[in-house]
This record gives sequence, C-alpha cells and structure tokens, in this order.
Amino acid sequence: MTSEVESALPSTQAGPASCSGPAPVGANAEPVAIRVVLPAHLRNLAGINGELQVDVNNPPTMRSALDALEAAYPVLRGTVRDQTTQRRRAFVRFFACEQDLSHSPPDEPLPPAVVAGKEPLLIVGAMAGG
Amino acid sequence: MTGVRVLVGTRKGAFVLTSDGQRKNWKVDGPHFAGWEIYHVAGSPADPDRLYASQCSGWFGQVIQRSDNGGQSWQPVGNRFEYDGVPGTHQWYDGTPHPWEFARVWHLEPALTDPDTVYAGVEDAALFRSTDGGQEWQELPGLRGHDSGSSWQPGAGGMCLHTIMQDPDNAERLYAAISAAGVFRTDDSGASWKPINKGLRSEGIPDEDAEVGHCVHRVAMHPSRPNVLFMQKHWDVMRSDDAGESWREISGDLPTDFGFPITVHAHEPETVYVVPITSDSHHFPPEGKLRVYRSRAGGGEWQPLTKGLPQENCYVNVLRDAMAVDHLDSCGVYFGTTGGQVYASADSGDTWSAVVRDLPPVLSVEVQTLS
Repeated sequence: MTSEVESALPSTQAGPASCSGPAPVGANAEPVAIRVVLPAHLRNLAGINGELQVDVNNPPTMRSALDALEAAYPVLRGTVRDQTTQRRRAFVRFFACEQDLSHSPPDEPLPPAVVAGKEPLLIVGAMAGG
Repeated sequence: MTGVRVLVGTRKGAFVLTSDGQRKNWKVDGPHFAGWEIYHVAGSPADPDRLYASQCSGWFGQVIQRSDNGGQSWQPVGNRFEYDGVPGTHQWYDGTPHPWEFARVWHLEPALTDPDTVYAGVEDAALFRSTDGGQEWQELPGLRGHDSGSSWQPGAGGMCLHTIMQDPDNAERLYAAISAAGVFRTDDSGASWKPINKGLRSEGIPDEDAEVGHCVHRVAMHPSRPNVLFMQKHWDVMRSDDAGESWREISGDLPTDFGFPITVHAHEPETVYVVPITSDSHHFPPEGKLRVYRSRAGGGEWQPLTKGLPQENCYVNVLRDAMAVDHLDSCGVYFGTTGGQVYASADSGDTWSAVVRDLPPVLSVEVQTLS
C-alpha cells in the first residue's frame, strides 16, 4: 500500500534519487558549473544555441545561478526576473530534476544533481495564452 | 537616390519595408525579433541609420533594440525602466489606489538633433529619456509627479503614454499624451508639466470638462507650425491653435469621430488624416468600408479616400501609432491594420495599394524619408 501511494505521487514531489540529499560541495568551495536551458526566445535574445553553462558561486542557489546567468548574458537582465524587485516574472518557471522550483525561496540550495552537473536548470516560458 | 523606409511594429515581430521614390515596388524585410510584440520602431531625425525598437513579451518583459545601420543589424540596449523615487499610486479601474508598475514601452521618440537621445513613453504612464543611445534610462518625474497623477486612470488598453512631440522651435517644449489622462506640456525640458485639456469634453467622465481624465488617442503637429495641434480623442477630433491652451472640435462631417490615429501632411499643414472607426464597442470601420478621411481645411470638412482600399467586408482597426507620412515631394501616407495589411499612398491619399497583406496585427507604422 505504501509503495502504491509513493508511486502515485506526482514526479514533481517524488523526484529522482539523484536530486535529493545534501549538496555535494561546501560553502567555501570554488564556483561550480551549472547547466542551464533557456526558452527559445531567450536563447535567440542571448545569441546562443542549445544548453549553456555558467559558473555559479557556492553554494549554488536560484539567486546565485540567475546572478551568474545575467552577468554572463546581460541582455537577459529583466527577462527572467524583475531587475528591481528580483521577483520571478509571472510567466517564467524554474524546473529541475522533474521538480517545479518556481516557488522555492531564491536562497535555497539547488538540487544536488544540478550542482553536480548531472541535470540542467530549466528556465521555462509558461504555457499561457489560451 | 531617394526612397522610403517604413518601420512596422506588429504583434509578432518587426518588418522593414523599403522602396525608391516611386513607391511602387517594395522590399519586405523581417520578421525581426520574431514572436515578440514590437510596439514601436522609430528612426532618428538626426541620423536615419539610427533606429530604436520597443520589443516586449508577456513572458519575458521589455527589451529595447538599437540599430546603427538602418535595421540591417540590431543590438539590445538598456531595458531598466525604474520609476524615480517611491512610485506611489494612481487610480485603478475600480477607483482604488494602484501602485505604479512598469509594463512596457509604447512609444519611442528619438530627439530631433541628437541620435543618442531618445524619449520613451511607457505603461504605466511615465516619460523616460536616454542620452546614451538607449543604454541607460531616466524618468522625467515631473510628469507623473503632477498633482493630478494620483487620479490618472488607465484606459481599456492600459495607462499608456503613447504620444511624445518635440517643438522644433523651442527645445524646452515637449508634449506628452496619456490614455486616459490627457495631454500635458512642459516648457522647461520636462521639469514641470501642465495639463492642456481645456475644451475637451468627454461624456465618459463625471465632469465632462475636467482638467484630466480624457482618453486622448493621438496628437499630431506639423513641424512648421508647432503651436497647431490636432487630436484624435476617444470620441471627437480636436484642434488647438495655441499650443494646447484651448481646443475646439473639428469632427465636422466625419461619419464617426471615434478613431485612433491622426497625422498631418508633410507639406500642407492644414491637411489632416484620420481613420474613422464605428465606435468604442465596434472597433472596425463603418459599413465595413475602410476609408481614410482627409481634411484640407484643418478640419471640419472631410473627404473620404477610398481608391485602393477595401470597400466591403472590411472589419479591421487602425491603431493609434499605425499611421505616418513621408516627406517626398508627393507626400506618401501609410497605415497598418489589425488585419496585417500595410497600405501606402504615394499621392497624398488619393490612391492606395497594399504593400503587404498578411502580417501579424500591426501596432505601429513609422516612415523614414531617405536621400
């Protein structure tokens, strides 16, 4: 019965094993390379193809990842989060490891699999518009 | 060789239409910034190769693009539009105070003499200026800080600052128009502003002749007579002969005086163009006939211009920033529709033809006359 309940959980809650557990690096370690996938419009704006990689200060969080992304690609400032309030734009979502991180506190550590470079951080344009 | 470059902003990208002085054969280039809303593309009067574009998206916000080679290539510039100080509130649709929130840039107005200086009219209504080619933007806070600012209320399309005009004879004088606040003028380069709405009457507000609250759709002037202003209001076509100090109605014999754009002939300051629209609840031309109306008397008496325009089953709209003129000897007139057509006339509106028919809905049309 327990296994049935667990298997019925949405993947966003369960998540793959590699996405749980403590972060693999300490707070004072060197910056880590984070893989990021942007939506097509922002890839065009930044002039990149496919996935990109940014060096993120430790400990990697959503805030530090976006800081690194905007430092590497200044044209993305204001397109993912508001430049003044730093709030995520309403129709932008953050996914990783089959989890929706959009509502996670910005200073919460990113999933270990993202920090380890096994999984990308997905920045997604929300499906909207009818 | 003389020619024209028509800058078209649409719901899904920008298009650049070019032709020689004959304006018969056209090259269509685009979409630039495909998939993004392009509210406005404008060229610098001081340097025709310098263009600015307002690119925005409900998902990814505001981007400003700049071209230094007439639209062959573009580069994103600054997009930080931060209200000066504590923004405060304006009036929301339900009458409650609502925080000022930047939504998008509706209109870009490059300065008359300096290609690096450009004004931006934004929603929620405010006027910004860049003096470094669009890299950094500063608000001119005196406008939004006018005593009436907290009572301004958005129109149906949002509280947009859609018209910016510079007086060519007086570098310190600017005009700005806001839906649904009205027209404002500064005589000190934007430090202070006064509402200039006397004579406007709007049935949709409790005090018909209030100082602010009028839904001004567009204002135009001829550079040779900067004290003469023409206005397409929500309802009513209006004229001022004293730099906006007073207005009088010139709707005259128009079939309807509701509409959005208004523009002035390049060489005839008394020749004015409007596109009458049935009503505020029927955003399409009367009787399904797309007609530009031209007055050669500065208003009052209007002539329908129909040759080459659809005269049956036409239910498109022409938005406020979507009509412009060129400055060739035989003045060209251009407008774009929500149906994706861009129409051009090379003979002051006597005859028209479609340059393109199937673009995304057209938000704005500007014309550069090239020599």
